[in-house]
Amino acid sequence: MHRRAHAGASRLRSSSRLQASRVAEGVAKTASSVRLSGLPTEGRLFIDGEFVESSALETFKTHDPATGDLIATVQQANEEDVNKAVAAAKRAFPNWSQADGRFRRDCLYRLADLMERHIDELAEMESRDSGKPITEAKTVDLPLAIEAIRYYAGWADKIQGDTIPLSNHHSTLAYSTREPVGVCGQLIPWNFPLLMFSWKTGPAMATGCTTVMKASQKTPVTAAMLGHLIKEAGFPPGVINILQGPGRVIGDTLINHPDVAKIAYTGSTAQGRRIMRACAEAGMKRVSLELGGKSPLIVLDDADLDQAVKAACQGCFSNMGQCCIASTRIYVQAGVYDEFLRRVGECAAARTIGSPLDAATVHGPQIGEKQIETILAYVEGAHKDGARLICGGKKTSVDGKGHYFEPTVFADVSDDMAISEEEIFGPVMSVHKFKTVDEAVERANASQYGLGAGVCTRDVGKAHSIARRLQAGTVYINTWNQLDAAAPFGGFKQSGQHRELGEAGLEPYTELKTVVADISYRSEQ
Amino acid sequence: MANEMNGTVAVESLPVSGLPLETRLFIDNEFVDEHDGTHFDTSDPTNAKVIARVQEAGKDDVDRAVKAASRAFEGWSQSSGAFRAQCLNRLADLMDKHMDQLAEMESLDNGKPLTKAKEIDVPFSLAVYRYYAGWADGKLDGKQIPISAGNASANWLCYQRREPIGVCGQIIPWNFPLAMFSWKVAPAVAAGCTVVIKTSEKTPLTGLMMGHLCKEAGFPPGVINILSGHGPTTGEYIVRHPMVDKVAFTGSVDTAQKVLLAAAQSGMKKVTTELGRKSPLIVCKDADLDQALTVAHEGLFFNAGQSCIASSRVFVDEAIYDKFVEKALKRAKEEKLCSPNSPECTQGPVVDMKQFDRVMNYISLGKQEGATLLTGGTRHGTQGYWIEPTIFTDVKDDMRIAKEEIFGPVMTVLKFKTLEEAIVRANATSYGLGAGICSRDIGRALSVAHKLRAGTIYVNCWNVVKPNTPFGGYKQSGVGRELGEDALDNYLEKKTVIVDLSYEDEKDEKAAGDATGGPN
Repeated sequence: MHRRAHAGASRLRSSSRLQASRVAEGVAKTASSVRLSGLPTEGRLFIDGEFVESSALETFKTHDPATGDLIATVQQANEEDVNKAVAAAKRAFPNWSQADGRFRRDCLYRLADLMERHIDELAEMESRDSGKPITEAKTVDLPLAIEAIRYYAGWADKIQGDTIPLSNHHSTLAYSTREPVGVCGQLIPWNFPLLMFSWKTGPAMATGCTTVMKASQKTPVTAAMLGHLIKEAGFPPGVINILQGPGRVIGDTLINHPDVAKIAYTGSTAQGRRIMRACAEAGMKRVSLELGGKSPLIVLDDADLDQAVKAACQGCFSNMGQCCIASTRIYVQAGVYDEFLRRVGECAAARTIGSPLDAATVHGPQIGEKQIETILAYVEGAHKDGARLICGGKKTSVDGKGHYFEPTVFADVSDDMAISEEEIFGPVMSVHKFKTVDEAVERANASQYGLGAGVCTRDVGKAHSIARRLQAGTVYINTWNQLDAAAPFGGFKQSGQHRELGEAGLEPYTELKTVVADISYRSEQ
Repeated sequence: MANEMNGTVAVESLPVSGLPLETRLFIDNEFVDEHDGTHFDTSDPTNAKVIARVQEAGKDDVDRAVKAASRAFEGWSQSSGAFRAQCLNRLADLMDKHMDQLAEMESLDNGKPLTKAKEIDVPFSLAVYRYYAGWADGKLDGKQIPISAGNASANWLCYQRREPIGVCGQIIPWNFPLAMFSWKVAPAVAAGCTVVIKTSEKTPLTGLMMGHLCKEAGFPPGVINILSGHGPTTGEYIVRHPMVDKVAFTGSVDTAQKVLLAAAQSGMKKVTTELGRKSPLIVCKDADLDQALTVAHEGLFFNAGQSCIASSRVFVDEAIYDKFVEKALKRAKEEKLCSPNSPECTQGPVVDMKQFDRVMNYISLGKQEGATLLTGGTRHGTQGYWIEPTIFTDVKDDMRIAKEEIFGPVMTVLKFKTLEEAIVRANATSYGLGAGICSRDIGRALSVAHKLRAGTIYVNCWNVVKPNTPFGGYKQSGVGRELGEDALDNYLEKKTVIVDLSYEDEKDEKAAGDATGGPN
């Protein structure tokens, strides 16, 4: 079923053991999981609490990127469907936004419980539709998605304002309330379909917004399946609506719809720019964006190299490099450069390529053929530009099928090469050499992006000094991909607007209202 | 992270059929017998009959419980917040499932109307667990604080962590046994503390029932330990135990003084207290009179006056005084004193003979002091501890019934001429748990609200207590706040971490930079 690309060398033992234990954990979990009442594969639109066909009865097909097999025929929403969904969300808004926060909280808690109960079906479909290894889907994507829903459930009865002491506060009362923005259009990507669904849904629901969610056309099925759970969890009709179809049509209709107050988008910077402009033109709509990156990781001479290699490899190759925060630019200090390259090459080569449904698989296919072409073009460019290939660099297949690409490492990359400047969204790491910390920080920051950054060093002073100087929304020290519902996530510069997760994640879904009252009164005397 | 997540789902709920009556001590997730053979009876205040003989925790038992809490602390305080949240949420689910049994026992042991126990005490208590569940998972955050010196090269990282205090000794009263249990336990365990809680010897039974539910909810052994006993014995042992890090007490001012003293003598433990006394309500002449009457009446007679925040001093503007008194009399007579099991019952008996005698003494005192007994003042029925809803008018500020906490269905009405006077008189007390104002004028209502010195001010309402509204006293009515985000502070230490971020290479680089005129 799967093949090991290269045998791991001795230096690699610790990290491959780590992966092995992770895999074993996944196997154990698969074996002990019980299939409960079935959650059907779903391809219809979820509008106003009901599953419906698209109004034009148009459909599209979604395929398994590992095999090319058809997974489902999915209803394709058009403008009319969007209008219906927005109308439902608008109708639902007054009651939902004014409901006791405890009611919203309990709906979210029930949704999390239901996702947990159906974790097997959801993880399996997530794996089949997106190509990600099922072990990852089950031990990372789903638990994190459930955690985020629960985390925001806990906020729903805690959306507090402040009282504000004015200069004449003796005779005034001033306080603020945080009120839901309204109907939100939410557009999510294909790399983490359920996780992105939960990052968008959790804070919107907690604050009292209603939503029209558009799942990616590449991975529409799990979001549609969630419609069943949303209904069962007791969300009133229209509070969450889920559409599938082309981003342009649905996105533009949402952006231009007068009843949509806010757009939340996760995806590419190019699309984000277009959406921001369109939102400005369509009535200065609120917009939050979580976009691309070219996140740098700085490895200092004094780093624990095992730790650094693990951070670099997991950062760059997890989800086959299809992560907005992937650690794609690794800056390594001259003293450990050669050793780092040796170890990172071994680590990359040891990632088990296989069918996503095989519990031992670490590295599945890319999302589609087009993605493979893009990656190949960057790899060819890197060769031409003079970068040195350490490992990988080729597309591959499993049992003659699927859009796979080997984990790839280039060394001696210079900052002006395309593989160093542009987001590839594939398993391609570029390793750069540097001499001084100042140089590394400067080069790391010389990017239009600022989603993530990292530093590996054992020196506490260096670690935090550098963390402060890196221009990114998340800075990892001696780690990477440490996602947590409580930790805000988002980008500096062109990597985004606003933050998701954490308390900060509530802000884009609320308007702050300041109430100021003169409370002086005429004395009776 | 995945492992922790798995941990949160691993504990499966066990089905529980009934919720048995329990009289033993709950230590380390087991019901155990006490050591030295002491026990006490708890009785039904409607007929003075014994409900159950309950085991009293002696010194060794307290020691056992505190040590269990201490053993549990490390694991619990370091468990993921999501796991603590799930335990709390499951506890709320289980209370929901056993709503009827809990309410029936609460009513039986305390004497409060069953409908109130069912509609208020139990739902409110479980809501408190759910509310604090939501805080446990990653929301107990500290701050990152920018610090600097005049010297531009100085560079520090400064941040604050909030960490659970440790083992908490908690002592709760008998007027709202389940609610007080939740106010104490929920924020403590959400914060990562472990607890030894002592219920009141007057109402120990629902607290013990909670032991079954805590275990079933998946709290690890030792996280929540529940003891029955008296204040001077069990309570004192808990407060003085050297391994108790923090004490939380709700009850009378007199006992609180003893608690504070004992805590100070036994290692300066952190203490929070929530005490009562004599909350004033000012009724202005522009008040909606019916609204004001409801506020005054419900504020005082709710739970037969056995509430720490009872509106026991009602200041009424002389312009509406007579009308107010007339309506108050009519309203007091509408109270239905009968079996707490009857759906009609609005006022049950007071909790026991001791309390009955205390209230009746104050009633005779009020008469002696020259206040006018408008209504009530007598025992209702021939058995049980019912007291007629009682209203004294023409009460003067220096009368003892206007100064001391009666903790029974006795309202005192006082007349005022000017609002300024009323504010001064309302504030002329060493206590400050609650206060209120009834007025329709936005300026008057809120200005007075800001001038009254109390932890909670009610404007045109009373007894509005929610899981997220901080509650506690000014002055001698308490230390700290319960409920809301504030209550978490009672159970968390704040740790400031300051790191000097300067390092050798930096100096070298700076020197190199200076020598070459700067790299950037």
